[in-house]
Amino acid sequence: MKRVLPNRHLTQRLGFTAITLMAVLTVIPIVAVVIYIFLQGLPAISTEFLTGFPHDGMRAGGILPAIIGTMYLTVGTAIFSVPLGIAAAIYLSEYASDTPLTRTIRIAIINLAGIPSVVYGLFGLGLFVIFLNFGTSILAASLTLSIMTLPVIISTAEEALRSVPQAFRTVSISLGATRWQTIRRIVLKEALPGILTGVILGLERAAGETAPILFTGAAFFLPRLPQSPFDATMALPYHLFVISTQVPEMPIQIQYGTALVLLVFVLTMNLIATVIRSRARAKRQW
Amino acid sequence: MEKSLNWHEFVITRLIKASGYSAILFVALIFIFLVREGVPTFLETELSSLLSIRWYPIEEYFGILPLITGSLIVTLGATLVAVPFGIGTAVYISEIAPRWMREILKPLVELLGGLPSVVLGFLGILVLSPYLRLLLDLPTGLTAFTGSLLLGGIAVPTVVSVAEDALDAVPRAYREGAWALGATRWQTIWRVTFPAARSGVLTAVMLGIGRAIGETMTVMMVTGNAPVLALKLGSLFAPVRTMTATIAAEMGEVAGGSTHYHVLFFIGMVLFLISLGVNVAASSVVFRAKKRAERILS
Repeated sequence: MKRVLPNRHLTQRLGFTAITLMAVLTVIPIVAVVIYIFLQGLPAISTEFLTGFPHDGMRAGGILPAIIGTMYLTVGTAIFSVPLGIAAAIYLSEYASDTPLTRTIRIAIINLAGIPSVVYGLFGLGLFVIFLNFGTSILAASLTLSIMTLPVIISTAEEALRSVPQAFRTVSISLGATRWQTIRRIVLKEALPGILTGVILGLERAAGETAPILFTGAAFFLPRLPQSPFDATMALPYHLFVISTQVPEMPIQIQYGTALVLLVFVLTMNLIATVIRSRARAKRQW
Repeated sequence: MEKSLNWHEFVITRLIKASGYSAILFVALIFIFLVREGVPTFLETELSSLLSIRWYPIEEYFGILPLITGSLIVTLGATLVAVPFGIGTAVYISEIAPRWMREILKPLVELLGGLPSVVLGFLGILVLSPYLRLLLDLPTGLTAFTGSLLLGGIAVPTVVSVAEDALDAVPRAYREGAWALGATRWQTIWRVTFPAARSGVLTAVMLGIGRAIGETMTVMMVTGNAPVLALKLGSLFAPVRTMTATIAAEMGEVAGGSTHYHVLFFIGMVLFLISLGVNVAASSVVFRAKKRAERILS
């Protein structure tokens, strides 16, 4: 007996070390990627880089149109996906019972989440660009990105709504509020931080995506900013793809600078989401 | 007042219901449009040429086998990276890590999930592939292996978050029971907690594979884009071309309505059906496990 015990504790110690090592090996590259891009990209950042147009075949100048374009696309995506996604989440959490139809909706959402981004691009090309005749435009790209973002928003918003205690609803209804009043004034209000976190994380993904906008709205180079939702636009992720694969003799510093701006864009959204979530958790009284 | 309120409520309820159903509508629309543009492939080329081993669209060779094997080998490699590291990290976060460590690790893994794939592809071209070329003494660093490593990293967050949820959902009483019987924490993890979370972990693996097979930009940038049949282990260290990368790289240049265009949509259809299969399988595993749990607990 005495010889067995130390052995299993040794196994445990070895095992814990191995697992810890794996976790560390998973996380280090993430941190390294972020730090590396910051170090390499920072020297490229200047006022001209952030506010100027590219010139000399994109080998000089700034990336303003790509920054603005990504902002347009993110806002466009939010306009369509946020109301629709939150409404769908309200339906699933507050109205739907466990019927075959509801289960079909859930399977559909899981499937939407799994469809490859480039397939979304094909779909957007088929439906928005060609069938509805929007052309390669901010509108078509935003709609494509919205549908891709929808499952993220629906599932996180539903989770946030469900975490509001049932008693809140019962009390509100018993005070004479209607169902919708209860949802709007009580449930939505309590679930807001959770919903916001999900929305931002969803939009963060949309902002960084390239494949869905390849054939629906992204432009290689534009001499001016887009004027209407029916114009094509430059976008940071697509621009990074273009200058790192399609343009020969591209100065490396501009490439890293573009990667850094994209990374900061995405990281800022991620940070905001994380802060909202941890603040809400700390403040929660139920 | 009363009446207008009811009318208001009626409209809003309808709108909310319609939004709820929209997910089904979108999946249907996606499928319809892929079929609409993809099915003409069968009228324009023969099945035998589609299933041949030569992809050379300029001369009307549309054999998609090299693209399928390309996707498979890169996904296989990515799975070999993502599964052990993903599950290891999930076990660490859920079972071993102290609380403060968990608070650091979870957002970091989430951050990896949010890194644009084009950024990883960019670093793959500039940093990883030259390094691997020297290290492994290869003619080029843009290989299926490079793609697998990066893709593994992209699939890790999916595996970690789903597997961690599954481990978290195991009732604490299971662990306490094992400890009370004298098992070490390590024994408890592998003989009690992990088996109890098995179906969730399986789902995590499947969703991770689904994520890897559908990834586009990174593989397009780092796998070298050579549509050759990849059947041997050695193919892992040679350039390949995946289905996703083919669509992304060629769709911009084809004429709308041409055979090439239809074949690309057909590949999209195949990808859609693969992800449908993976996700339905993954959710049915969860569903069955839930049923079993209900049976045991009732």
